[in-house]
Amino acid sequence: MAHVALMAHATQMARPAAGVLASSGTVGTPTLNFGIFAFFVLVTLVIAVSAGGKSRSASDYYAGGRAFTGWQNGIAIGGDYLSAASFLGIAGIIALAGYDGFLYSIGFLVGWLLVLLLVSEPLRNTGRYTMADVIDLRLRAVPVRAGAAVATLVVSLFYLIAQMAGAGALVSLLLGVSTVAGQDLVIALVGLLMIVYVLVGGMKGTTWVQIVKASVLAAGAAVTSVWVLSRAGFSLPALLSHAAASSPAGRAVLGPGLEYGVSTASKFDFISLAVALVLGTAGLPHVLMRLYTVPDGREARRSVIWTIWLVGLFYLCTLVLGFGAMWLVGGTAIKSAPGGGDSAVPLLAFHLGGTVLLGVVAAVAFATILAVVAGLTITASACFAHDVYAGVLRAGQADPADEVRVARITAVVIGFVAVLGGIAAKGIDVAFLVGLAFAIAASANLPAILYSLLWSRFTSRGALWSIYGGLISSVGLIIISPVVSGQSTAMGAIGTSLITSPHVNFAFFPLTNPAIVSVPLAFFLGWLGSVTDRRPVDPARFARMQVRAYTGVGAERSNRS
Amino acid sequence: MALFQPARRAGTGTGTSEIPAKQSTRRSASGYEAVHASRDFWTIRRRAHSFIVPACVAFLAWYFLFVILAVFAPGFMRVSVFGDVNMGLCFGGAQFASTFLIAVSYRRWARRRLDPLSDRLRRRLEDGQR
Repeated sequence: MAHVALMAHATQMARPAAGVLASSGTVGTPTLNFGIFAFFVLVTLVIAVSAGGKSRSASDYYAGGRAFTGWQNGIAIGGDYLSAASFLGIAGIIALAGYDGFLYSIGFLVGWLLVLLLVSEPLRNTGRYTMADVIDLRLRAVPVRAGAAVATLVVSLFYLIAQMAGAGALVSLLLGVSTVAGQDLVIALVGLLMIVYVLVGGMKGTTWVQIVKASVLAAGAAVTSVWVLSRAGFSLPALLSHAAASSPAGRAVLGPGLEYGVSTASKFDFISLAVALVLGTAGLPHVLMRLYTVPDGREARRSVIWTIWLVGLFYLCTLVLGFGAMWLVGGTAIKSAPGGGDSAVPLLAFHLGGTVLLGVVAAVAFATILAVVAGLTITASACFAHDVYAGVLRAGQADPADEVRVARITAVVIGFVAVLGGIAAKGIDVAFLVGLAFAIAASANLPAILYSLLWSRFTSRGALWSIYGGLISSVGLIIISPVVSGQSTAMGAIGTSLITSPHVNFAFFPLTNPAIVSVPLAFFLGWLGSVTDRRPVDPARFARMQVRAYTGVGAERSNRS
Repeated sequence: MALFQPARRAGTGTGTSEIPAKQSTRRSASGYEAVHASRDFWTIRRRAHSFIVPACVAFLAWYFLFVILAVFAPGFMRVSVFGDVNMGLCFGGAQFASTFLIAVSYRRWARRRLDPLSDRLRRRLEDGQR
């Protein structure tokens, strides 16, 4: 299948050659970009149809038959994880604020060690399709499954809306769609496409779409980075010096503090963001669900190691791209372009390779959004069908065929909700929204997962307190933070609040990211709820969980074997 | 051997339901309890924790040291190491290096020291079921 990715890439490189002649100057040719988008959509649809055509059982729809190998799944996880926020957002923050953007990318990478060391193998060995399965094996209580499902749905929707909002901004930049109605139409089209991917391809089809997308993204980032480095004589220090020389802040861009060092609140805000990034990855539902697509726990471990290499090398590329944009494009040009920081990489690509490279980068970014959005939709629909419908409403007695039917219907509903949310949230910085989704994941999901896997005295009450406590505190703190109200003039990372009126201000919590408070609170509540629970814990359940987690006995089998 | 005999493998399905009925999981769970208390299992668990716990503590401490230095000691992070390459960039690069290093060494360690033990126990448990 790898040759499909290469072919897709090669064709993308070849196609725009004709478009150069038709170039109108400025920032690329919308027709050309649109052609490349359409081509990518067509290729991935063919892949989704041919890979997912035989998806029938629940295991096929949710877990791709559990037949993917470690490296395939590792690349697909990378595809799910490296969203437009990573590609455009982080490079953009580096281009504008220098070193502080680099801090972002390190948090996104280091969090993977937690997935590798604590979560990947036990999760694959003990669960079936969702995070709630694992907690359920320990506690088997309908309210706990419901709680875990609610947390999964909230995190997925938050992340989904962030991606949809980003799609609107990106397309307005690359296709020259500047009217509000036009952008809304584009968001609706993205939603429609993702529903088609998920319905037609199931997990198997979406996994292949992720693999193709991740390969194209990695290749695009690598080629552009090498191109930038060649301008600086293949010397990273030289590139940094050029970038610093062309920035109004001078050498300060090479050190921390430009974006987050302004005030005490912004310093703690950054620490809070760091907590969310490093702990949130291991609680992201669409990442956790991917661990079930491989035959056993050991392949899950292997796939996470592949992901770490892919994600790590990719973020090193964003460092080069960000400083490259600072040097070659310049902060003033980036800030004044539509999309602000997000336009840094497209502008850099245009500067280096004209319309051809811009077209490729645009297609890669668009593919990224489509693939991430499809991955999130399948996760949310699986969670609703498997946890809420089969686990809670039918108390575990649902017919698997019905369950898959419910999942498909849910995917359509989630598509509509995400389109509406994306239209409402467009214009908010994508990387920032994703940071909030990480904070909610780290607060509501991670403590419950770790306690279930590791602590013998964890009880249903502890699980409920930590899940709902983490969820309510993180979402609640966001609502009473400057994200929602009180900041009528743009400032720092978030720009203005959702409510821009200067007369409405209920921002009692000074930080824009809640993780520094909500994560410790969720861990504390999980502990407190458990030790004050008078009902005895069932030691047999914990024994079964741990034996299965460490040996892989009784794990769900691959369809292929 | 009989000691290590879960009554049935959980999750092999009851036909209509994706989630096994309550009664059967009870029985299998009590079988797992004997395994859980066995010496072989404790060896596996202790050995796994002997790598995982120090590795987690180390990488989290190292990451937060980096974050706190970046936020509260920006002056230190701007100290030049050579030319325009400063402490902060070296620390950041070291974060990437340590992440790759921990991932690769965990894979090697687990393959050599952990997998053989857990494979042996799993095979015994699965043979016991037939």
